[in-house]
Amino acid sequence: MEKPLTQHFVIGGEPLDLAGYEKVGGYEACRKSLKSLTRDDIMKLVKDSNLRGRGGAGFPTGLKWSSMPSSQNSPRPRYLIADADEMEPGAFKDRILMEGNPHQLIEGLIICAYTVDAEIGFIFIRSEYTKAAARINKAIREAYEKGYLGFNILGTGFNLDLKLHISSGRYICGEGTALTNSIEGHRAIPRHKAPRQTESGLWGMPTLLNNVETLCNIPHVVNNGAEWFRGLSKCKDGGTKIFGVSGKVRNPGCWELPMGTTIREILEEHAGGMRDGLKFRGTLPGGASTDFLVEQHLDTPMDYDSVQKAGSRFGTGTMIILDNQTCPVGMVHNLESFFSRESCGWCTPCREGLPWTAKILAAIEDGKGEPRDIDTLDFLVRSLGPGRTFCALAPGAMEPLRSALKFFREDFDAHIKEKRCPWR
Amino acid sequence: MATIFIDNVPYHVQDGQNLLSACLSLGFNIPYFCWHPAMHAVGACRMCAVKQFRDESDTRGSIVMSCMTPASDGTRVSIDDDDIREFRAAVIEFLMLNHPHDCPVCDEGGECHLQDMTVLSGHVYRRNRFKKRTYINQNLGPFINHEMNRCIQCYRCVRFYRDYAGGRDFNVFGVHDRIYFGRCSDGTLENEFSGNLVEVCPTGVFTDKTLRKQYTRKWDLQTAPSVCPHCGLGCNTIVGERYGSVRRILNRYNHELNGYFLCDRGRFGYEFVNCDRRIRQLLVKDKSGDSEAFLQPIEKQQALHSLSEIFRSGAPVIGLGSPRASLEANFSLRSLVGPENFYIGISDPEFQMISRIIEVLRNGPAHSPSLREVEQSDAVLILGEDVTNTAPRLALSLRQSVRQKPMEMVDRLKVPRWLDGSVRQIVQENKGPLYIFSPVATRLDDVATKTLQLAPDDIARIGFQIAHEIDPEAPPVSDLTANFRGLAANIAETLKQASVPLVVSGTGCGSIHVINAAANVTRALRSKGKRAGLSYTVPECNSLGLGLIGGGNISDCFQRIMSCSVNTFIVLENDLYRRAEVQITDQILNNCKRLIVIDHIMSRTAEKADIMLPSGTFAETTGSFVNSEGRCQRQFRVIPPTGEIQEAHQWIFDIMTSLQWDTLRHFSDIESIGELLAAEFPVFKPLPEVAPRSSFREFGQKIPRQSHRYSGRTSMLANITVNEPKPPDDPESPLSFSMEGYQGIPPASLIQRFWAPGWNSSQSVNKFQSEINGPLIGGDPGQRLIEPSASGKWSYFTDIPEPYKPQDDLWLMIPKFHVFGSEELSSLGPAISERIPKPYVGINPKDAESLGKQEGEKVAVAGENFSISVPVRIIKSLPRGIMALPVGLFTLDGFTFPQWVRIVRD
Repeated sequence: MEKPLTQHFVIGGEPLDLAGYEKVGGYEACRKSLKSLTRDDIMKLVKDSNLRGRGGAGFPTGLKWSSMPSSQNSPRPRYLIADADEMEPGAFKDRILMEGNPHQLIEGLIICAYTVDAEIGFIFIRSEYTKAAARINKAIREAYEKGYLGFNILGTGFNLDLKLHISSGRYICGEGTALTNSIEGHRAIPRHKAPRQTESGLWGMPTLLNNVETLCNIPHVVNNGAEWFRGLSKCKDGGTKIFGVSGKVRNPGCWELPMGTTIREILEEHAGGMRDGLKFRGTLPGGASTDFLVEQHLDTPMDYDSVQKAGSRFGTGTMIILDNQTCPVGMVHNLESFFSRESCGWCTPCREGLPWTAKILAAIEDGKGEPRDIDTLDFLVRSLGPGRTFCALAPGAMEPLRSALKFFREDFDAHIKEKRCPWR
Repeated sequence: MATIFIDNVPYHVQDGQNLLSACLSLGFNIPYFCWHPAMHAVGACRMCAVKQFRDESDTRGSIVMSCMTPASDGTRVSIDDDDIREFRAAVIEFLMLNHPHDCPVCDEGGECHLQDMTVLSGHVYRRNRFKKRTYINQNLGPFINHEMNRCIQCYRCVRFYRDYAGGRDFNVFGVHDRIYFGRCSDGTLENEFSGNLVEVCPTGVFTDKTLRKQYTRKWDLQTAPSVCPHCGLGCNTIVGERYGSVRRILNRYNHELNGYFLCDRGRFGYEFVNCDRRIRQLLVKDKSGDSEAFLQPIEKQQALHSLSEIFRSGAPVIGLGSPRASLEANFSLRSLVGPENFYIGISDPEFQMISRIIEVLRNGPAHSPSLREVEQSDAVLILGEDVTNTAPRLALSLRQSVRQKPMEMVDRLKVPRWLDGSVRQIVQENKGPLYIFSPVATRLDDVATKTLQLAPDDIARIGFQIAHEIDPEAPPVSDLTANFRGLAANIAETLKQASVPLVVSGTGCGSIHVINAAANVTRALRSKGKRAGLSYTVPECNSLGLGLIGGGNISDCFQRIMSCSVNTFIVLENDLYRRAEVQITDQILNNCKRLIVIDHIMSRTAEKADIMLPSGTFAETTGSFVNSEGRCQRQFRVIPPTGEIQEAHQWIFDIMTSLQWDTLRHFSDIESIGELLAAEFPVFKPLPEVAPRSSFREFGQKIPRQSHRYSGRTSMLANITVNEPKPPDDPESPLSFSMEGYQGIPPASLIQRFWAPGWNSSQSVNKFQSEINGPLIGGDPGQRLIEPSASGKWSYFTDIPEPYKPQDDLWLMIPKFHVFGSEELSSLGPAISERIPKPYVGINPKDAESLGKQEGEKVAVAGENFSISVPVRIIKSLPRGIMALPVGLFTLDGFTFPQWVRIVRD
């Protein structure tokens, strides 16, 4: 089984430096792209590869790139941003990619920037990722020294400046427009969808935003072709995926596996199954802001469409496992406290509704729940749903709660009836 | 026009607007908080949700925010669907999680948009059982009270203060449900438009601190439409009164003029009406006895008798008009003393400038734009005017004008202009052209393309050159440096490329050359077929009206007094000490045999009066005023006649009565006086139509100044009488001092309060507009008196001044205006006076160095007729050799500007 993304990871040591990366074929794709491929060639490759955005929404990458306006008469500079603000609880895939092989990301960025004719790149990184930041900074320095970044790259006349922007730590910056506001120095609040960022993004200029994992795939698509990339997958979405598992499993961690690997396989073969004495009760398959899936869904292949069909979202592909010895109300309370804290405060339902949700869940968990609280939670799930809020934060935050109320309703009722948490 | 379907009923609406304004324009009640008609949509509060359907077959629909959704042709929405109702109530419930239940003691109660929207949404029962969040409030200075616990985080305040008004000392802090709107730390809000927070805030976070000191509920106030007396713009206001004192000023929407916003001088300057320097009694000074005579009360009949004696004696009586008195008062005085004995109550240079402004506006070809038109200008040149300090509300409009040009970027991306968040994201820091030439740095410099501080004559010269660059027929300035010529050429090119360029100038730097230069630039632009506007600021609320009536020069008036050929001198609402230097004024008043002052404030002139007739302030006067645009507007008194105070024109009428004039009845009321004015001066022909006549009735009823009848108001005087007294008559207007009458929407110039069923706050203005952001129903108040003549009899001014040269021993003294302090009346109020700077003289740092003076050290300045000693303030932007003297901050403030002065060395 091929594992292009993680093949050059050095387990337990420093990642490959530029020379080491070049030795294993690094920057070949970059050289090939800039010297012998046209922008249209690369665009076609990426489209044909069926690569979908790895940030959570799963938007086809080629389509997103082609929404950048034509270079002719375009306002300049044009920007490319790599979203490395991985703050979804349960997600750590971008971290291992950046720590494991920083040059892979930079190479992907260069090829992408070349394809969409962007001249300034940002890597917007989560502030806690200090190790990744140090490694990326070193890699950027090396790439500048070797002429992969900066002025007239590889003598092709293409210029790219790349900067690492360390976030001050807000979950909302995972929302692309809030991220843009944040780089500009404004409050990290989302922007309205019109105009699209590709038309008017960072400082009003055409801006493309891609997830770290998405960009890491690009060199391999260029090197090996679209067909090869599609062949990596078990489903129609191309490529491999870094899947992660957290929770009380024997071997939590993350692995590069074909897209479309089933939840059961990931959980049992790679994460080693549940710890002794524990039973599987449910999982948030795509990170904290996705709906619970339960026993009956274990054979769902992990790809965008299948997970959606099962009633949840593929998200970042990093599962959180709930076992039978952990209180689901407590778990959801933990998540809602996080989302409530991370609300940017812009729109009413999210700003006011999330703290209220968290307070109700805390009360239930503390044995102070009231029967009508369930109705109120239902009401909150409805009122914080899609279309009601300005961005997707609150609807995402409601997904684990909504599904918990569906699958673990008896646990909520037990808390309220017994006036205590049955797990304590 | 677009056809939209609201709950399956088709409606025709204007293209290009959002669903919220379309629905509100149609008269539907859709609740909203963060949307503001002037600041548009950002989609934060989620209150204005509606359900949108793809087409006829779509029965599920999806929830959208009406403020963020275009009302394009074929749009189908439901504004009253079950989901919508539940969601709107949910939004209110969310807001109420933390909103204190303090309505009964809240300043906003009874005129609170949050209350109205809560009732509208149907939310009644609070399910939240957890503790509320609390905040620490800040002291925001003398104007605004801060109560953050009431905040519902609609972000309107910060959007107004920072984005709209350009303020910097106010922001939003914090995240999630700990959002805070305020300053970094306690302190006065410095922006000149901070008072608008009172009306922008949908609830009681920002309330009027001056009202708080003498608090009255909206329904307890007696209110009337008025015109702001504190600068030449004539913004429309609503004045609120109770028990004979003015309690507050609110904005009165006028689509063409002030829109939704006032400046702080206009909003808080009213306190002088209640101050202890008010003259409330008829006073006379008996000079027959001791030399040290005091003004003492006298019976009205006795006073009028002695007045008639004076006139009957046959000795000449002369009158001095006033730029802050109504047209009717000025004209009555002119008629009483005779045109040959009527003098303009402003300094000669100012009279010259005002006359020139009138001449330029009349001859055209440029017209004077309304503030709305100013906002739509796409290139602006300011010559010599510190607008923020001389005509503050104009500065707010100019600040919006720089957003016009960048809107092209927005249009290109096909983003509607009302999508404010997106617009600001696209526009970023791009600004349209704004060039400012002024003697000192101004508050608009932060949005200017280019600013340059020059002496007034140099400002005029660059203006002349710009005109020449636009049209070679205009005279060139031959001896200009290459730099300036290049700059002039650049500006000329920019103005030529604009579709609606605007030139702003005025009396602010005291130079007629600057006024001429501004005229040349617009004339040149017009000659090139541009729709150029020309906006002149004038110092006072009726400067232009007085100028249109005309009269003799004040210097001639003084000469007549000095030559002792005058028996009696009548001064109408004017303080001579503001018109001429103290030495001169003292001389004049000492030489005056008999001084009669008609005024409402005990000024230094009034103190010297032999007879003092107490007139009404703006709150006690019905009358007409002409603003700097040339718009004539009517203000209506709000305080019923009390004691001996009566309108100035009534005093003059009383004198006429005692003289038994046969043309008497013509002066009995403002309408008759208006007819006479219109007959004598063609320019005042529209005057009688400025507002509905006193005989006007709506459904046979007058328009009441008081709100609907309720028991609280009827018991107002219960300590005096338990019977409800008969309301005072008001024969001069169609308004009544009563609760009875037509409580619906009156003609626009009679709007005494904004209120509609279910809409108790000032947001109810949307019910008075013909469409959202459009004119008031029936047309906006006011009549433009001056339009450029079609015959086009104009020529270029050719009198180009010599370049300014710093002199070794002489300093060019120019005026420096302050929004708080330079205007006579507002400065008397306690709130405004807290904001008035200390007197100073401003000089360039290098000049200070050569004088060996540090900031704050005193320096002695001597001019032709004065000498003063004042602390130095170092002003970096001031050109060398120029001295800026703040207007109005001195007890001896009638300086002539500009003039050459000396510094007396220690």
